[in-house]
Amino acid sequence: MMKRQVRLRQRKREGGFAALIAAVLALGLLHGASGAAAQDAVESFEIGLSTDTIAISSDFTGARLVVFGALDNADARLLRQQRYDIVVVLVGPRRPVVVRQKERTLGVWVNRGSETFNSVPGSYALAATRPLSDITRREFRRRLSLGIQDIRLNSAAAPAPAGQPTIDKPGVAEQPRAPSLVTETEPGSAGDEPPVQSLEPDETDVYAAALRRLRERSGLFNQSVGSVEFVSPTLFRADLQLPAGLPTGQHLARAYLFKSGVFIRESSEPLWVVKTGFESMISDFATHYAVIYGFAAVALAIFTGWFGRVVFKRD
Amino acid sequence: MNLYLPIAEISVNVFVLVGMGAAVGFLSGLFYNIPPAVAVATGANQVIAASFSGALAHYKRGTVDMKLGTVLLLGGLVGSFAGVAIFTLLRRVGQLDLVVSLLYVIFLGGIGGLMLVESIQAMLRTSRGGSGEVRRPGQHSWVHGLPLKMRFQRSKLYVSVIPVLGLGFLIGILAAIMGVGGGFIAVPAMIYLLRVPTSVVIGTSLFQIIFTAAVTTVLQAATNGTIDVVLAFLLMIGGVVGAQFGAEAGRKLRGDQLRALLALLVLAVGLRLGYELVATPVEPFTITLPTGEIG
Repeated sequence: MMKRQVRLRQRKREGGFAALIAAVLALGLLHGASGAAAQDAVESFEIGLSTDTIAISSDFTGARLVVFGALDNADARLLRQQRYDIVVVLVGPRRPVVVRQKERTLGVWVNRGSETFNSVPGSYALAATRPLSDITRREFRRRLSLGIQDIRLNSAAAPAPAGQPTIDKPGVAEQPRAPSLVTETEPGSAGDEPPVQSLEPDETDVYAAALRRLRERSGLFNQSVGSVEFVSPTLFRADLQLPAGLPTGQHLARAYLFKSGVFIRESSEPLWVVKTGFESMISDFATHYAVIYGFAAVALAIFTGWFGRVVFKRD
Repeated sequence: MNLYLPIAEISVNVFVLVGMGAAVGFLSGLFYNIPPAVAVATGANQVIAASFSGALAHYKRGTVDMKLGTVLLLGGLVGSFAGVAIFTLLRRVGQLDLVVSLLYVIFLGGIGGLMLVESIQAMLRTSRGGSGEVRRPGQHSWVHGLPLKMRFQRSKLYVSVIPVLGLGFLIGILAAIMGVGGGFIAVPAMIYLLRVPTSVVIGTSLFQIIFTAAVTTVLQAATNGTIDVVLAFLLMIGGVVGAQFGAEAGRKLRGDQLRALLALLVLAVGLRLGYELVATPVEPFTITLPTGEIG
C-alpha cells in the first residue's frame, strides 16, 4: 500500500482544456472543409484529455473523468446508421499480482493455491457506445484486451514489431516488451509465450475469474455502456468512472474505433495520477527514504514515551 | 514452570500493560481492517513509546539491571533480525496473516487461561480468609545447571548467559512477528526460570524491549515498508495514557478481580481470532502484490 507511488519527477504539464476544445473544433472545421469528397478517405480519430495529471487527496472517494474525442472523415451514411462504435478505456499502471485461494486445512482456512499474473492493471474504467458484445466479436475483444472479461492479465514476452500499436500501453518505444496486435492475432505464435498464456486464457481459470470479480467488486474495474456519446457528428465524449482506490502512476486513456464490428483505429493519451496531502507525503517519504523513516518512527516513539512520562509524572 | 503467577501488586501493572499495550497494535487492526502485516509492524513501533515511558520511571527508581538487560538485548537484536526475515518470507508466501493469527490465538488463549485459573484460585483463597498471597517456592531449576555463567550484581544472580540470550532472542522474534513487547513471556520467564527478583524484572525487560523494538521498527521500515507512523502515533498516545489509567485502576481494584476481568477479555479476543480462522470466509480469494503487500 505504501509502495504504490511512482516517481513523478518527469511529468510535464501542457495543454489545458481550452486548448483541447480548440484543437477538437479545428479538427471539426477541417472535416467540414474536406466535405463529401472524403468518401474513401481514412477516418481520423483523436482523443484529448483536459489535463495530463490528476492530483487526488487521501480522502478521494472517486470521480468522473470526461474524455473528449473527434472522429473525422467518417462515412456519413455509416455514421447515421450508427455503424461506428467507440470504446474508451482508462487503464491503470500494470504490475504483477498474486491471487491466493484459501482452503480448509485441519479445520483452519489456509491460503493454499495461488497464481501469479505478471501484468495486471491497477484499475480499469471502460465506457462504450453499446454493449461490448454488440460492438465486436469476443475474439477481437480478446486481441485488443478490451473489457473486464477480456483484459490481459499477463504480458507477452514477444516484443512488438516496430510501428505496431500495443495493447493498452503507450504506443511508443517506452514499452518494447508489450504485446502487439500482430503477435496476438497469430494463435500459432503462442509457443513463444510462457505456458500460462494463450489465446484461450482464463476461461477455466478460477484465479483469473476471482481477480476480475474482486477488482470489479471493489470498483477498480468498471465498465458502462452508453457512456460514450456523440455531441456533434464529429465530436464525442466519454464518461469514465474513477474508483476511490485509483492507483497512482501512469495511466493510459485509449479510445478504440470500430466500424461495423471491425476495429479500425485507436488513439491514446497518457494520464498521470498523483496523490497530494500530508499522508501521501509521509507515504512517499517511507518509500524513498525507508531507513530514515524507520529512525524517525523510533524517535517519535521515544519522544512520545518521554512526553507521556512528563505529563503523567507521579513520583 | 508453575501454572500460577505471583500475586504481587506489581504484576497487576504488567498485566494491565499486556492487556492494553501489547494487544493494542494488532487488535486495533482487527477493528479497522488494517492489514495484519502493517498492524504488527506498527505495533513494534508503538511498543517503544510505552516501554520508554515505563523504563524511565524504573531507571529513576533504580530498578533496572543494566547488565542483565544488555545481555537480553544482545539476544533480542539477533531475534529481531531473524524475526523480520521470517516475517518477510511468510509474507511472500502468503502465510503471514495465518501465522500471526495462530500465534495470537495460542498466546492469548494460553495467557488468558493461566490468568483466569490463577485469579480464580486467588479469589477462592481470599474468600477462605487467606491474604490471597502465595509464596514462591525457592528451588533451583534445570536452568541453573547450564555453563557460561555470569554474575549480575543488581539482580543478585549467578546464571548462565544461554537462557538469557535465548529469552532475548525469543522476545526479538515475537516483537517482529507479533508486534508485542514480549512482556508476557519475559516477565514470567525471568521470574520462574532465571529467578530474577520481582523488583527488577519489569524495569529490565522494559529496558531491553526499547532497543529490540527500535531495531525491529527500523528493519520493518527498510525491508517491508509496513510501519504506519500515523497509526503508530495514535497507538502510542493510547498506550502511554492507557498504561497510566491501567496503573490507576490497578491500585483501586483488587488484583485478583482485575486479573479475572482481564483474563476474560484476553480469552474473548483469542476466541474471536480463533473463530475467524475456522469460520468459512466470505471470499476465499485474495489479491496481493508478489511481496505480500495488499494489491
